[in-house]
Amino acid sequence: MADRRSRARRVGVLGLQGDVSEHTAVLAGLGAEPVVVRRPADVAGLKALVLPGGESTTMSFLLASSGLDAELEKMVADGLPMLGTCAGMILLSTKVLDGRPDQRCFGAIDVRVRRNGFGRQVRSFETDLEVKGLDEPMHAVFIRAPVVEETGPAVEVLAEVEVPGQPGTRRPVVCASGPVIVSSFHPELEGDSRLHELLLREVEGD
Amino acid sequence: MKRGLAEMLRGGVIMDVVDAEQAKIAEDAGAVAVMALERVPADIRRDGGVARMSDPALIEGIQAAVTVPVMAKARIGHFAEAQVLESLEVDYIDESEVLTPADEAHHIDKWAFQVPFVCGATNLGEALRRISEGAAMIRSKGEAGTGNVVEAVRHLRSIIGDMRKIQTADSAERYAWAKQLQAPIDLIEEIAATGKLPVPLFCAGGLATPADASLVMQLGAEAVFVGSGIFKSDDPARRARAIVEATAHYDDPSIVAKVSTGLGSAMEGKEISSLEVKLAERGW
Repeated sequence: MADRRSRARRVGVLGLQGDVSEHTAVLAGLGAEPVVVRRPADVAGLKALVLPGGESTTMSFLLASSGLDAELEKMVADGLPMLGTCAGMILLSTKVLDGRPDQRCFGAIDVRVRRNGFGRQVRSFETDLEVKGLDEPMHAVFIRAPVVEETGPAVEVLAEVEVPGQPGTRRPVVCASGPVIVSSFHPELEGDSRLHELLLREVEGD
Repeated sequence: MKRGLAEMLRGGVIMDVVDAEQAKIAEDAGAVAVMALERVPADIRRDGGVARMSDPALIEGIQAAVTVPVMAKARIGHFAEAQVLESLEVDYIDESEVLTPADEAHHIDKWAFQVPFVCGATNLGEALRRISEGAAMIRSKGEAGTGNVVEAVRHLRSIIGDMRKIQTADSAERYAWAKQLQAPIDLIEEIAATGKLPVPLFCAGGLATPADASLVMQLGAEAVFVGSGIFKSDDPARRARAIVEATAHYDDPSIVAKVSTGLGSAMEGKEISSLEVKLAERGW
């Protein structure tokens, strides 16, 4: 019975590069069945997909070389529930600023993002954030994080952060649109499973 | 948070580059980061002399040329070079045995810096001493500039093998391990509980082919550094791409075979017993 339930929640984690194992650990902890996706054959039967943190340019290159780019396009077109953190958010956006010209983004959520928008590694920071729909704040770790510059009308902003060193300037850092959730930071590094829970709720159609 | 960037580099390839042009080639090929240095290890070996931190102009040129993280090397113990690199806002500092050591007894106190450090290790004791000094990533030293992977394999097997033994040690034996490895007991206890280093373990030193990358990833490395192996080969752009693909798909021999096909010559390798200087012996 438990087995059938976990198969019903088979969730892919794009496993070409990045902090893949943190996401599979969080998903397994929630009783889902995580599947590391590295080849087109791995996408069969997925109910949702997580795109991890890492380097978006490297993932973009490996998506093309592995043939997974076409699968990801299909999954986006089919409206599969997805969660993207940091580099994963860049891949799911509609437009990347300060990226490489040949870098792919798949337009699953109508946000325009700026790569490393908060600056280099020495500008990385952590903070506690109020997230709409969650009772307790989230501890957010921003590592060379992308900044959301613009959101489309269908996008709901679930959390914002004040840009360090720019008092009064706030930027969205958790956004949702339909079955897609993205965050600039890495809840998985803290073992925080609440965004993954929201994803699984999308799978169950709550 | 310092460790966080290392987690993001997992499954990727970090490539040694000496200028902006090489950095572009590396990024085009899918490198997760580039390592700025004055000369690649094979040239340091050939030319001799004191090897130091790069000219800041070269580092700034590389930072301007690419969007991926830029790392740079400082000499062992040379905290002033590290301060310069931090002021340049490099993303990672490699306190590296490939450069000529500046201090024969002390490594840099890495806790004193905001920017994270990676350090080389030949065994678990060395790795844990570097972590206790504040390193946020460990890499095997291997034997840089040789195109010979045997030392990297020795170091990885030694580090991972000892961690496996510590997991089965009882409490009295764990104190003995701390003494034998000259490492803090709390880090030994952490390994006993988790079976892993508290920071990511990457592999460096002598990797030259896609199959080398697959080998060390299967042995337990979480990402790879490639130095001379790319820009001392026949077709650097193609070899760089092939090593990136082989690292991502390290457990799929058919992909490693495909990307290895018709790559041209790898860098000319060196037998370890023929070396006059063993870089891995630097560091304490």
